[in-house]
Amino acid sequence: MDEAADGLRDVLASVGRALEFLRARALGEYPLDPVGFDPELTAGIVAPAVRLLKAYFRVRVKGAARVPEEGPCLLVANHSGTLPLDAVVIAYCLYDEHPRHRIPRILAADLTFRLPFVGELARKTGSTLACEEDARRLLEKGEVVLVFPEGYKGVGKGYSRRYRLQRFGRAGYIQVAAEMGAPVVPVAVVGAEEAYPKVGEIPFLGRLFGLPYFPVTPLFPWLGPLGLLPLPSRWVVEFGEPMHLGGLEERGKEDPMALFEMSERVKGIIQEMLHRNLMERGHPFF
Amino acid sequence: MRVLLTGVSSWLGSRLARRLEAREEVEYLLALDLLPPREELERTEFLRFDLRSPLVYRILEGARVDTVVHLGLMATPRRAGGREELKERNVIATMQLAAACQRHLPLRKLVMRSTTAVYGSSPRDPALFAEEAAGRGRAGEGYARDALEAEEYVAALGRRRPEVCLTVLRFANFIGASIDSALSLYFSLPVVPTAFGFDPRFQLVHEEDALEVLEKAVLEDHPGVFNVAPEDILYLSKALRILRKIPLPVLPPLASAAASLLGRLGVVDISPEQVAFLLWGRVVDPGKFLREFGRILRYSSEGALRDFAARRAASPAEPRAPAWEEEVRRFLARLSGGSLGRGA
Repeated sequence: MDEAADGLRDVLASVGRALEFLRARALGEYPLDPVGFDPELTAGIVAPAVRLLKAYFRVRVKGAARVPEEGPCLLVANHSGTLPLDAVVIAYCLYDEHPRHRIPRILAADLTFRLPFVGELARKTGSTLACEEDARRLLEKGEVVLVFPEGYKGVGKGYSRRYRLQRFGRAGYIQVAAEMGAPVVPVAVVGAEEAYPKVGEIPFLGRLFGLPYFPVTPLFPWLGPLGLLPLPSRWVVEFGEPMHLGGLEERGKEDPMALFEMSERVKGIIQEMLHRNLMERGHPFF
Repeated sequence: MRVLLTGVSSWLGSRLARRLEAREEVEYLLALDLLPPREELERTEFLRFDLRSPLVYRILEGARVDTVVHLGLMATPRRAGGREELKERNVIATMQLAAACQRHLPLRKLVMRSTTAVYGSSPRDPALFAEEAAGRGRAGEGYARDALEAEEYVAALGRRRPEVCLTVLRFANFIGASIDSALSLYFSLPVVPTAFGFDPRFQLVHEEDALEVLEKAVLEDHPGVFNVAPEDILYLSKALRILRKIPLPVLPPLASAAASLLGRLGVVDISPEQVAFLLWGRVVDPGKFLREFGRILRYSSEGALRDFAARRAASPAEPRAPAWEEEVRRFLARLSGGSLGRGA
């Protein structure tokens, strides 16, 4: 009898919380940070939705606890999979499995913010434009920042070049991390390449829509919007050991080579993690 | 301190004049504009004057002005009588004023009201603009470009007369029950058109805070260019929820058409750069301003909007009469010896 009453009380309490959440949303009573992050929307609505994605890809997360418990930190990840689902999954995995449930702030291409709904949602979940000013600002505030130095070259590469890291931009991210005293955590994602294997592209449609590429996958565009459904590949997301860049800022001023070398080292570590996790994962789908 | 104030016909100008004439430090206050001030001023001398005239130097010299407060920039073309006229009044007036200031050696200080619109609005914007980010590439056309060009004349004055204390205040959007800013009007629409799929971020400066900042800049020395805005931000969606307004999402390609239709119907004046603002928004970094001016803002963006909502609820939408009606009202009030005018 007591158990039933307790159960009922729990249900009523959670209904009450849900109603309070909706009331606060409807009246505009929720906090925002200046960059546009809406923590309540992110934790209350977006995170539960992304949880489904994590389950769908049967993601195995390794080393989330290696990300520092507090203070600035730069996550550097490989970018793949035609559509940048990997960013969303990495961010959720850290939030889900980190002891302090830190939410990484994703640095995204300007295309993201040009798209209706996508741009809005990206901002509200804490993303901002991939530029040095914004990276510096977030690190200064002690946030975890997630970058993809490969950019479009990584996410848009063909399936035949899967798991081969592309050029790491111009090492600007290393410079910012060194300047802000933020450790760099290499992140390797295995599985995104098979979710949307890009077997080709249609250049004229890309130009028409102002996109960097218009992808062709085994399902898209043949099945229309249904073709946007990712294949249920198996994913592994690994957070590596933090790398501290003490003194690199000073050295980098006199010798830019030092920054490029550090960038190459980070790239090498991620490539190694990719190979290891690919072997461990076995079959991409089963 | 002998002060020359431009743009006194605006709410901001009239109120600043009222505040300044109440200060002992201000020995003499001369106000210029094409239209008379909104409210009765006590010891301010008002002169109907078009700033585009080179006579402005003679005025500075004759009145022995040592401080110029330039509030003359106007954002909305329709009130000025078209885009061309607006550009003339914004840019050419500032050019003449800056040139006159350069020649007028007793000048000690120039305070200019500018706008954060100089940063433009685009999907390629950083999350927050610092003062250095302004430039021709960003401002685009219209009012923002005017403000930037006006700032350039003032900056040139600064280079040639480094001993003059120059303060350029780039205000974020004003909000308040009295001030007639574009956003106050926009938020007063019964149903608010928004861009479908976009939710701009912005900051709001309460009208009283704006006055406080201007007054402080006139009475104290704070040289430099400053972003004047609270630290917190609003999304349009959140603002409309606070105001209990119903958004009307419009497809972005139709937004410009809808804006010009609303303008032509005289409902609300939304210029193309404001359409961009409603798509991409704009947030500035007020760090430099807050360090220099201290804790001067009493309202956050959200606080300013909530205050606006509360005041609007208390005295719903008083229709804004054209300036000449105001003059007639004042004339009648003088005739009858009573006070028929509102608020003055």
